[in-house]
Amino acid sequence: MTDGPMTTTRSLVIERELPHPLEKVWRALTQGPLIKEWLMDNDFQPVVGHRFTFRTTPMPNWNGVIDCEVQVIEPNKKISYSWGAFGLGSVVEWTLVATERGTLVRMEHSGFGPDQDAAYKGASYGWQKFIGNLERVVAGMN
Amino acid sequence: MLAISGEVFTALADPTRRALFERLSREGEMTVRLLTDNSGVSQPAVSKHLGVLKHARLVRARHKGRETHYSARPRGLAPLVDWMTFYSRFWHDRFDRLEDLLKRMDP
Repeated sequence: MTDGPMTTTRSLVIERELPHPLEKVWRALTQGPLIKEWLMDNDFQPVVGHRFTFRTTPMPNWNGVIDCEVQVIEPNKKISYSWGAFGLGSVVEWTLVATERGTLVRMEHSGFGPDQDAAYKGASYGWQKFIGNLERVVAGMN
Repeated sequence: MLAISGEVFTALADPTRRALFERLSREGEMTVRLLTDNSGVSQPAVSKHLGVLKHARLVRARHKGRETHYSARPRGLAPLVDWMTFYSRFWHDRFDRLEDLLKRMDP
């Protein structure tokens, strides 16, 4: 089993190889009662355009509701949904790949929309690299 | 729980604003005019973007004579770091639960 978290400035990526057949992992990611077991209570339907919510215990300053909309469904391959929480829109994307030992599950949670070319010509090394330096910046803050 | 202001995300969601913030982080304090020269973006547009960055507390402005000097405020990135830290922990925990569920499920 591998567990390789990678972070870029724009998104959070987690990959794990799970010793289970792909079809089974797909069910756990796309059937509401199963999703509830590991993620949160929900009214998810594997239908593009379906709006749904994840619900958890309300907390001070947060009603515990995450507003979502299904964006992509490619059976046994890919699922993505928007993820609106704390007044901030983001996107969660799941990708499954069958391996010899089971299924490689990749989750990407992006805090920003798809990147576009900057109109401004003053950036020479780009956001990715900039974010790569973020840890150093943060370490310097303490 | 995570209580973040979306302002930093909104400010940095725009690639031009990210480019401006990067440049100020890299090159230190600069005037609007210097930031505009050869940038391919008009001075009013640069000023407007700097205003958004300032509102999100990602840059600070210092007035000197007739010009305003801008510099990056790396501490302003803290909400972004908080977001990454919070969701990294959250999703690792949910992956653990997913694995537990898969062990219990019928094949």
